[in-house]
Amino acid sequence: MNGSDAAVRVDMRPMSGQPKSSSRFWHLPGDFLFHQAAVLAAFLAAAALFATVIAIAYDSRISIEAFGIWKFLKSSEWNPVTQTFGAFPFIIGTLVSSAIAMILAVPISFGVAVFISEIAPVWIKKPVAGAIELLAAIPSIVYGLWGLLVFAPVFGQMEPWVSHYLGAIPGIGLLFQGPPVGIGMLTAGIVLAIMILPYISSIMRDVFIAVPAPLRESSYAMGATTWEVAWQIILPYTRSAVIGGVFLGLGRALGETMAVTFVIGNSNVLSASLLMPSATIPSVLANEFTEATTPLYLSSLIYLGLILIAVTLVVRFLAVLLIRRLGRREGTAT
Amino acid sequence: MRVCLWRAARSAQRNQEQGSGKTNTSYSGRLRRSVALAIALALILSAGAFASATLTGAGSTWVYPLVAKWSVAYEAQTGIEVNYQSIGSGGGIAQIKAGTVAFGASDMPLKPEDLQSAGLIQFPTAVAGEDLVYNLPGIKAEQLVLSGPLVADIYLGKIKKWSDPAIAKLNSGVKLPDTYITVVHRSDGSGTTFTFCDYLSKVSAEWKEKVGANTSVAWPTGVGGKGNEGVASYVQRIPGAIGYVEYAYILESHLADARMINADGKVVSPSLKGFQDASAHVDWTQARDFYVILTDHSGPETWPISGCTWQILRKSAPKETNLNVMKFFDWGFEHGQDMAKSISFGPLPPSTVKAIKSYWKSELGYSL
Repeated sequence: MNGSDAAVRVDMRPMSGQPKSSSRFWHLPGDFLFHQAAVLAAFLAAAALFATVIAIAYDSRISIEAFGIWKFLKSSEWNPVTQTFGAFPFIIGTLVSSAIAMILAVPISFGVAVFISEIAPVWIKKPVAGAIELLAAIPSIVYGLWGLLVFAPVFGQMEPWVSHYLGAIPGIGLLFQGPPVGIGMLTAGIVLAIMILPYISSIMRDVFIAVPAPLRESSYAMGATTWEVAWQIILPYTRSAVIGGVFLGLGRALGETMAVTFVIGNSNVLSASLLMPSATIPSVLANEFTEATTPLYLSSLIYLGLILIAVTLVVRFLAVLLIRRLGRREGTAT
Repeated sequence: MRVCLWRAARSAQRNQEQGSGKTNTSYSGRLRRSVALAIALALILSAGAFASATLTGAGSTWVYPLVAKWSVAYEAQTGIEVNYQSIGSGGGIAQIKAGTVAFGASDMPLKPEDLQSAGLIQFPTAVAGEDLVYNLPGIKAEQLVLSGPLVADIYLGKIKKWSDPAIAKLNSGVKLPDTYITVVHRSDGSGTTFTFCDYLSKVSAEWKEKVGANTSVAWPTGVGGKGNEGVASYVQRIPGAIGYVEYAYILESHLADARMINADGKVVSPSLKGFQDASAHVDWTQARDFYVILTDHSGPETWPISGCTWQILRKSAPKETNLNVMKFFDWGFEHGQDMAKSISFGPLPPSTVKAIKSYWKSELGYSL
């Protein structure tokens, strides 16, 4: 590496037209400054995160004092009139809507990525990939309005069918009962799934394409089908990157605010049915922040924000754990 | 390495420029830049001069159309700019307490003791109203009659179907469908919600005990829409839905609105006259700090779900600032009445304006 660098430098010198010594002096402080700047940038990013968490924790102190941690987490009463606040319905709403989004988006993303990297003819790869990436560029408020004005009315027409057939199944039927309003947990999950699809699928596609061709070719040569190659060769090879992409999408789903606020129906009442209105932590923040008139009310909303950060951190931690365990299993298997 | 290459290219280019005598252009470029700088400075300075004639306010989104309308006309007449930011009542109260604005606006009056402890004063601005809207195919606007206790039971989730005998009793000539009622409420904190829930608290003991009144409450049932438009779009879309929206918004959106039975037992339609009657039946001079809520007042034509917005001032603010705010609202009370009516706000009656002026005098020690 050093050798080639030196060679380049020698080549450059006549072009810059400067004496050897000044070129050298210019380089060293430059490198030094760049090194320092990179350290500073990394430090600033970390410090910003810490400062945010500390500031949020500090501003939620009134609520923490009043309700404690465990009581706030498990209480499902959110009543601005009596000034009693609990986060349980919103935590459940956040987790369930994101879970629905993941259940829908991950398999579709896998299909899209396999299609683009393995199946599609060259001429169609670019337009399909471009169209899916374009989904990521749409602002979330547009998704919200689309969900409310276009998707929800159509979905509302389908809901009687859903609750008639799926609602009749014992057990899971409980999830699909309720009035056909078109907005609610399931609608929010579906809109979220569309929103996170491009993130997951573009990462999957990138890593699938990067799989070394000999791996692929030798398995095809041994008579493997496209499905076998995708499922048994490509996916295990790219597993950690794929999981990273999936959790990137999950992180976005957990924090999505505007689109969810429009379609989830905003009800603080916990319900077993996915067709009923619900609320998530970000949607409550978006709804109630402007008119939070008392210090305790405001503090409880900020406390909700702190919990959202904690939920995201826990999810992130689980992701790292999962990748490690998978890595270890691979190590023992081979 | 790349930096090095780039530098070399740049210096070569510069040499070439100097060689071909392009120094003139760079000179005139510098001249142009300094002229631009001077103009920018002048602009900043003059903006600073204008800034002294700017009044800033923040708060309620409900009163925003009125303040915006008044401020345009006021600026044209006096040259004083009123910059109002509709950040919500909660934000308005916080901003005036912090002293970052000259006035705050809230849809929910502050209690006299809270005003006292924070060193604030408040006065009403204009009256407005809201009504229930519904989506019942075949039933036209103002065909349906509702009463306060009935609405409370619907919003409590006790009356579940439109064919309920309690609704049928008030609407003998109307063919009510056997569909479920979908209750729609505001999801965001709002003065509209406060006024609505305050009315229900007055007419239903159960509502008062279980839910109460605030800018946002723990709704026992229903779906929440964001803003008037959110509620309106849910009601328009869901057959069997009922929701509450501001009167101005009903006129705009052509939703089917209900008639209500008021405190005198009369069936009334929402109207500016009805809102003003509500305020006329209140003795503002008797209420401490104008802490009066206009819902459920007597009077044959009084609209039961009438509301009001309040402006909040700081006692400790500079006299000049408070006088400027007072001048603006006094101008609005006197000259802004037609403007208020054009956007469905009811102007305050002269007796109330008089009471406000004497309130200023007694609370601040100075008046206009």
